[in-house]
Amino acid sequence: MTITAWTFTLVALSFALYIGIAIWSRASSTSEFYVAGKGVHPVANGMATAADWMSAASFISMAGIISFLGYDGSVYLMGWTGGYVLLALLLAPYLRKFGAFTVPDFVGDRYYSQSIRKLAVVCAIFVSFTYVAGQMRGVGIVFSRFLEVDVTLGVLIGMGIVFFYAVLGGMKGITYTQVAQYCVLIFAYTVPAIFLSLMLTGTPLPQIGFGAADPETGTYLLDRLNGLHTELGFAPYTSGTKSTLDVFAITAALMVGTAGLPHVIIRFYTVPKVRDARVSAGWALVFIALLYTAAPAVAVFARTNLIETVSEQPYSEMPEWFSNWETTGLISFDDRNGDGLVQYVGPEAVDASGAPIENELTIDRDIMVLANPEIARLPNWVIGLVAAGGLAAALSTAAGLLLVVSTSISHDMLKRGLRPDITEKGELIAARVSAAVAVVIAGYLGINPPGFVAEVVAFAFGLAASSFFPVIILGVFSKRMNREGAYMGMLTGILFTAAYIVYFKFVNPAANTADNWWFGISPEGIGTVGMMINFAVALTVSRFTPPPPERIGELVEKIRVPRGAGEAHEIGA
Amino acid sequence: MNDRTGPRRPVRGTSRDTSPQEYWRRNIRYVGLLLAVWFLVSYGAGILFADPLNGIRIPGTGFPLGFWFAQQGSMYVFVALIFVYVVLMNRLDREFDVDEGDE
Repeated sequence: MTITAWTFTLVALSFALYIGIAIWSRASSTSEFYVAGKGVHPVANGMATAADWMSAASFISMAGIISFLGYDGSVYLMGWTGGYVLLALLLAPYLRKFGAFTVPDFVGDRYYSQSIRKLAVVCAIFVSFTYVAGQMRGVGIVFSRFLEVDVTLGVLIGMGIVFFYAVLGGMKGITYTQVAQYCVLIFAYTVPAIFLSLMLTGTPLPQIGFGAADPETGTYLLDRLNGLHTELGFAPYTSGTKSTLDVFAITAALMVGTAGLPHVIIRFYTVPKVRDARVSAGWALVFIALLYTAAPAVAVFARTNLIETVSEQPYSEMPEWFSNWETTGLISFDDRNGDGLVQYVGPEAVDASGAPIENELTIDRDIMVLANPEIARLPNWVIGLVAAGGLAAALSTAAGLLLVVSTSISHDMLKRGLRPDITEKGELIAARVSAAVAVVIAGYLGINPPGFVAEVVAFAFGLAASSFFPVIILGVFSKRMNREGAYMGMLTGILFTAAYIVYFKFVNPAANTADNWWFGISPEGIGTVGMMINFAVALTVSRFTPPPPERIGELVEKIRVPRGAGEAHEIGA
Repeated sequence: MNDRTGPRRPVRGTSRDTSPQEYWRRNIRYVGLLLAVWFLVSYGAGILFADPLNGIRIPGTGFPLGFWFAQQGSMYVFVALIFVYVVLMNRLDREFDVDEGDE
């Protein structure tokens, strides 16, 4: 079977599975639509959280980025996993005990304020839409490359699938589809990683393989790669080029941002007990770590294979994948010295006489994972599998984000805001309608992506880090924290972070260099500073303003102990 | 801390402090300890001390130690930390009789 035939078959099978699950798990009440009736088993919730969290960026882009950044890519590995420790220890159990449906629910009730609820709704919707545009784009790329359909048609098909199970099933449908999607994506990620590890090092486990030696020459793979890098004028793979402070700030922003992302947080509302919320975060991280510990190995394998396949080889003899990706514009070759060979070199490359060599090859980092099986000449079914896995990752995350948007509108804005007298049935219809509208907007953004999808991702994390994380933590760990403190903290945190990112990414992108950054902290890492400002302002303002009413103190005490889950928020509300 | 304890409920004749305040204090201590480890493996070994640690190589592998912590070790420790937390807290919940039972 050809690659296209395999891809069609595997993608069609996986889609049929998702649709089947959607029909089986239709939601019939708002509780089922918002939080799957709080009846999800902690291990299943862990899997769903992992699929929810691991997006097209984790599946398609991350290993590619690491493969080009080497050690500096560690910020994504630590940043996107370390946040779960914060989530498990500081947020998940308390939010589950509070027992609401959404993040604005908690923030609004804990700080007894409609303005804070509104601010939280705006943040939640903004963060989620930012993210979802990227997911739909990922769907489009997979469809256009592997199934040779137009990007627009690819996005429309993806929208159709998400529409079906998100609108019909709500959180319940999404949860069980995500469990299936996790299985598809982890299988699709691990199989090529194991193949590659066996080929390059003879060790089946990629996590060990990338530290192992070539069975024939006895040279360690990392030494070989560092050698290639030095020879070609790139920085050594295993040591970084970013400043330590910036690496520190970016890692922290990603960790705290992860713990503050609404679509991740609401997953912990879906389990029956506080105890389940704690252990569920552990399972989520186990399932995430399966992919995240394999990713740096894939990065090393891909980098080595890529350099050895293209470097100083005749352009006329490039393999088929090379020209396939060239037609998508994601690889481009320009024979500057006219020797017919591919010079793929770093900024410091020099020839034997000491004259600089010009780089002739540009490769989009996003194609590494998708092209990897082809570069390594793996069987056709593995390539089809990777396409199905990429789609699973993108669709599962898109669905989780769309649910946040729909609950923010039907629950936070209507039920808890404009129309408190809305019936259960009316709220459910509103939830479905807003989910449907959100899918359409997301699809539009996927087909006509704003030119700055990559930039706005920094925005999503920065905002989540500088808005939700501090106010939730303070809401649980400080009884004295009041409405005024939380509001001012959130506002200054967001404004500071947004201003910094907007300035360097949109207003004056030319100035976006380490020399102009404050203390050398990049826009990707500024959420860390925004978070600290939020904490500092909130604590200061709360000392000079009236303490919260007595019932809030009682609410916080209830949140802090596990017994009686599901009752706590009715006392405060 | 005597000035802020609530009504105490002695358990089975012992005089151990089982107040909500004591429960919360123990919880904070666990979280503090676990987050200290969390910080040490990621920000410590993986970032701040990565360069000196890269001078050490994990025996029998090609991994420089700082690089390994940043791209593998920290994640294994993160997973372990959450499960340690789960065990500690479940025990603490029972000890202070605030667990959710098996209903």
